[in-house]
Amino acid sequence: MSTGTGTFQGGVHPFDGKSLSKDKPTLAVLPKGDLVFPLAGQNLGAPAKPIVNVGDQVLVGQRIAEAGGFISANIACSVSGRVKAITQHRIPNSGMSQAIIVENDGQYTPAPGVGEKRDYTQMTKEEIRGAIKEAGVVGMGGAGFPTHVKMTPKDDSKIDYIIANCAECEPYLTSDYRMMLEEPEKLITGLKVAVSLFPNAQGVIAVEDNKPDAIALLQEKVKDEEKISVMPLKTKYPQGSERQLIYAVTGRKINSSMLPADAGCIVDNCDTLIAVYMAVCESTPLIRRIVTVTGDAVKEPRNLNVKTGTLYSELLEYAGGLTCEPEKVISGGPMMGQALVSMDVPVTKISSALLCMEKDVVAANPTTACIRCGRCVAACPSRLVPQKMYICATHNDLDGFEKLNGMECFECGACTYGCPAKIRLTQAFKQMRQAVGARRRAEAAAAKAKQEAEAAKKAAAEK
Amino acid sequence: MSNLYHVSTSPHAVAQDTTQKIMRDVIIALIPATVWGIWLFGAHAVLVVLLCVVASVATEYIWNYCMKKPQTVSDLSAAVTGLLIALNMPASIPLWMPVLGCVFAIVVVKQLYGGLGQNFMNPALAARCFLLISFAGSMTSFPSVDGVSTATPLAIIKNGEGTVSLTDMFFGYTSGTIGEVSALLLLVGGIYLLARKVITWDIPVVYIATVAVFMFLFGGTLGYSFDLTFVLKELCGGGLMLGAFFMATDYVTSPITSKGRILYAVILGCLTGVFRVCGNSAEGVSYAIILGNILVPLIERVTLPEAFGREGK
Repeated sequence: MSTGTGTFQGGVHPFDGKSLSKDKPTLAVLPKGDLVFPLAGQNLGAPAKPIVNVGDQVLVGQRIAEAGGFISANIACSVSGRVKAITQHRIPNSGMSQAIIVENDGQYTPAPGVGEKRDYTQMTKEEIRGAIKEAGVVGMGGAGFPTHVKMTPKDDSKIDYIIANCAECEPYLTSDYRMMLEEPEKLITGLKVAVSLFPNAQGVIAVEDNKPDAIALLQEKVKDEEKISVMPLKTKYPQGSERQLIYAVTGRKINSSMLPADAGCIVDNCDTLIAVYMAVCESTPLIRRIVTVTGDAVKEPRNLNVKTGTLYSELLEYAGGLTCEPEKVISGGPMMGQALVSMDVPVTKISSALLCMEKDVVAANPTTACIRCGRCVAACPSRLVPQKMYICATHNDLDGFEKLNGMECFECGACTYGCPAKIRLTQAFKQMRQAVGARRRAEAAAAKAKQEAEAAKKAAAEK
Repeated sequence: MSNLYHVSTSPHAVAQDTTQKIMRDVIIALIPATVWGIWLFGAHAVLVVLLCVVASVATEYIWNYCMKKPQTVSDLSAAVTGLLIALNMPASIPLWMPVLGCVFAIVVVKQLYGGLGQNFMNPALAARCFLLISFAGSMTSFPSVDGVSTATPLAIIKNGEGTVSLTDMFFGYTSGTIGEVSALLLLVGGIYLLARKVITWDIPVVYIATVAVFMFLFGGTLGYSFDLTFVLKELCGGGLMLGAFFMATDYVTSPITSKGRILYAVILGCLTGVFRVCGNSAEGVSYAIILGNILVPLIERVTLPEAFGREGK
């Protein structure tokens, strides 16, 4: 059984807004316009490389781009049709990426073999991992870490927990919740597939206790499963953060320089495990996403089952359109989501929500002086002292920032959320973390160059 | 790209609290004790309270205006400072003295160090200590409930000049500064601040508990060895309740780390005890807190929390 406390120190309780969409069953929708498959920004690591050419006919589930490195993932087409262009397109992180544009023929003709049922118990571990890799499954909680890499730790026998991250602690998001209610068997089977890869592992479905119906349903479904259990967690943001979740479930702690596998854990998001099920048991690559379209500017907030590559602007129509012109549009939740400059960006593997807010509350709250109230310290799930880190940031003091363990910050935004002075702490930490990371890389490169130069010198002297 | 939305980094949600709302809560929490002090000490107390608030806010306004800095009086921090200064004054004080204290608090203690958040001492307490040193006579002459100048209960206890009733001290039928007399109403205000999550329990509870333990152990010096009634009188008397809930908890001048707050509160409790037992005066809260304020940077340095996953590394 799990040995954690079901919670962690710190955290905040933002308004969760989930009631807007939690009771709306997911609606499968078809794209109307062209589909856009960006090569970058869909997974952590290297961008994918296109393997189709303009004018090629493509089918549903056909691979159109392949992993561009060890940490990268394949991309499959979600419709059948013709490759119209391979060009720059805006992506949800507001940047631009090379993207494959596919014209939909509306036939949805599957590629050969796609949808074929398979029994995972009859498959070898290599076949299962291969199927996950083939399908381009990535962490769908937002980070987009390639799942096949995560599922291939150094030593399989040292993994004792596969944690299904069903916390869904981000406000407004209800897509994982809907999946738990609507497709619990797929989630559980996906988890069982993952557990089957590791001889000593048990599966834990970790759900925040603000979803009692999902907890009850899952508990009922797993009551005869030996290796699977459901663990309710205290509802608190950021409960779904990997490190906090591992601690809540197992009582083990990892820091930024460790992997979950170092604590014997592998954490996969709810929808990721469903994607694993689809990849392994139904031979279907990752080509659909559940997206919560919500916010106070949306007429009929709801959950949509969307083909990847569909533009966000199309999704709005299925949610009744807008009640007013939103000031802020976010891909993802309000705590860690990306603000969009435009809705002409595609749904990617890591899209979880389209959130349209009538007011931009951040811009409406001017920053005032820090009064050292300590709320940031109390809120920080990494037990840092954001107030002092911020002073380092204002002086661009990278050493001080590192000394205060600033690199342990994972930019959850809890400190910034609670700050009465409305100081943009997370923004400052993001910049500092990038600067420290860049400096570390430069130092490593310099050390390597020095080593090489010395080796060359030595070799020359020996001649 | 005709229609661009606002873009900023996450988080895109903010809590409702602002500095102004926090300061407003502090003012609300001080109202019961203020009203009691006015009811007890009469019209002169009203004048002291009004003058202090007006003088503090006006000083900050004029300072910002002259220094061409953004106007900050609406954050209500100057009003809180003014109110706290008033509550720390004897009701019979000549009116110009608290006004001088307010100007000192706002200009010297707060603005010269960079304004809100930058001062290293609580401005109201620094002003009180400044006045106490400069005008010891007026600052230690307290009108009693019936208007005649009298000693405070703590002085009576310390000098063994008579008896005071614990219930009178708890409810506030004694002499003292305008805001410190009713332990009960200060507790009510403190509980309001705790309920509103403006303050945390650690500083007031540990501070008061430390004073209690100290007085229980060392009360013998004053002739009250291991005397619980004496301990309770020490807790209700003087500025302890006002100091523990409203001054020691001042965000700017108390530690930001949770372990630091406990350490700070223990230090305040011990200093208060030492001043009360060994000092010349029967009171010691003000000096204990401003001495504690000075130690805050050191306390924070030794009490930084260990980062999650990096414990012991």
